[in-house]
Amino acid sequence: MSHEHTEANIEHHHPKGHEHAGIGHAVPMWFLAFICAILLILTGITVFSSFVDFNEWHMPEMNLTLALIIATVKACIVCLYFMHLRWDRPFVSFIFITSVILLALFIGFAITDTKEYQPLVDQNDSPLIQDRLTELGLEK
Amino acid sequence: MTQVPMEHDHHEAGLHGHDVHDAHHDHPKELGHHWDNLNQQFEAGKLGMWLFLATEILLFGGLFCGYAIWRGNHPDIFAYGSQFLSVKWGAINTCVLLLSSMTMAMGVTMAQRGNKPGLIICLVLTLLGAFGFLGIKYVEYSHKFHEGLLPGIAFYEKPSDSHIWVEIEEQAGDQQETSIATDVAESKEEAELQMARADLPVMPAAEATTNEPAAIGPSGLNQSRVVQEEETYRVFYKEGRIAAQEDQAAMAEYAEHPEEAMRELEKHPLQDPDRPPNAQKFFTIYFLMTGLHGIHVVVGVIVILWLIYLTFRGRFSPHYYTPVDCGGLYWHVVDLIWIFLFPLFYLI
Repeated sequence: MSHEHTEANIEHHHPKGHEHAGIGHAVPMWFLAFICAILLILTGITVFSSFVDFNEWHMPEMNLTLALIIATVKACIVCLYFMHLRWDRPFVSFIFITSVILLALFIGFAITDTKEYQPLVDQNDSPLIQDRLTELGLEK
Repeated sequence: MTQVPMEHDHHEAGLHGHDVHDAHHDHPKELGHHWDNLNQQFEAGKLGMWLFLATEILLFGGLFCGYAIWRGNHPDIFAYGSQFLSVKWGAINTCVLLLSSMTMAMGVTMAQRGNKPGLIICLVLTLLGAFGFLGIKYVEYSHKFHEGLLPGIAFYEKPSDSHIWVEIEEQAGDQQETSIATDVAESKEEAELQMARADLPVMPAAEATTNEPAAIGPSGLNQSRVVQEEETYRVFYKEGRIAAQEDQAAMAEYAEHPEEAMRELEKHPLQDPDRPPNAQKFFTIYFLMTGLHGIHVVVGVIVILWLIYLTFRGRFSPHYYTPVDCGGLYWHVVDLIWIFLFPLFYLI
């Protein structure tokens, strides 16, 4: 195919600025493998941290917090390097970050609201479930 | 500007107009007639894809919000339900998705370099990753279905093919047997106690029923109590040794196959008195979120197959690979969602 060139060929035949030149930022293969290795290591750290009992140090919510922090770091790495946000126009990042901020607002307000109603939450099996358990002869 | 109707003709002409396009160097065949240049076309296409991905984040966001509310209200349900998910398979699936994300990003690099065989290899590897993920998910889902760990009221049905469910008839039979056994043992004890009492020449009724240390009683009572205590100790010792042996066997099995041994030690949630109320909620949100994610993986498989087809047709070049890039972005978002799903469900 006449349209398949190697990178070197493009540089040679079509100097930068010409509309036939290759477009976008090409990330080297070794760098992608390096990023993936970091992500796999972070996955290992998440799994390991989930087995640590933070209650011993009086940090009961630490497992969840740590897992979410590591997940966010992983997500940022994927966005920046696999999804090319690091080299894209800032407007693309703006769109994505806006959606994440809106989501944070949504979840944040929902949690605050839920906390207000926490004492009213019925902590028993719902009547439908109780009936079903009675049918199965498994009521507590 | 007089060329405009001519360009239109090219587009009408369709596929057989290749030679005309190749000869016509200021207007590449990949460029839509409404764009100034290939870069503008690429950036616009990518912008549209990112807008779609933002809506994807909001789509999953609704479920993440539901998760946050339910977990905030019932942390015990999530801690309990999470025991029935396999951390091993979850972690393997995370790695599979991360690796397939890497091969997809490598595919984009290959497309940018115009390396057609490299692009095909990368896309096929990504496809294998997607199938691997779906295969593991199938194993996990079928385990849940067999065990009856299902969303909503379906959770409160007898499981179809469970490894940990104990049949009610058996259970009732066991209970009956044990109760008979205890009755016999009790009556035997009672008889022994009466015999011991009969040995005593004189004993006030109040002292016979007392639970005070035997040392304060008359010597006869003292002796018979010692015998009885020895017997009790022997029984306890024997039972204790059996229990210890069972424990050792269980520990050895656990050391060899932690997964299987754990499953055997588990109780079916319906038969578990420690099951928190409304335990089905964990599986409801688990199936909703991983299910929606799974549908996205299936769509990803279709997208990757389509990309492989287009690559074979020779549609991509260093100056036109927008479908590869956008398909890649979609696949990375699928990976992104899983990065959060894995700790939120498997690692509680």
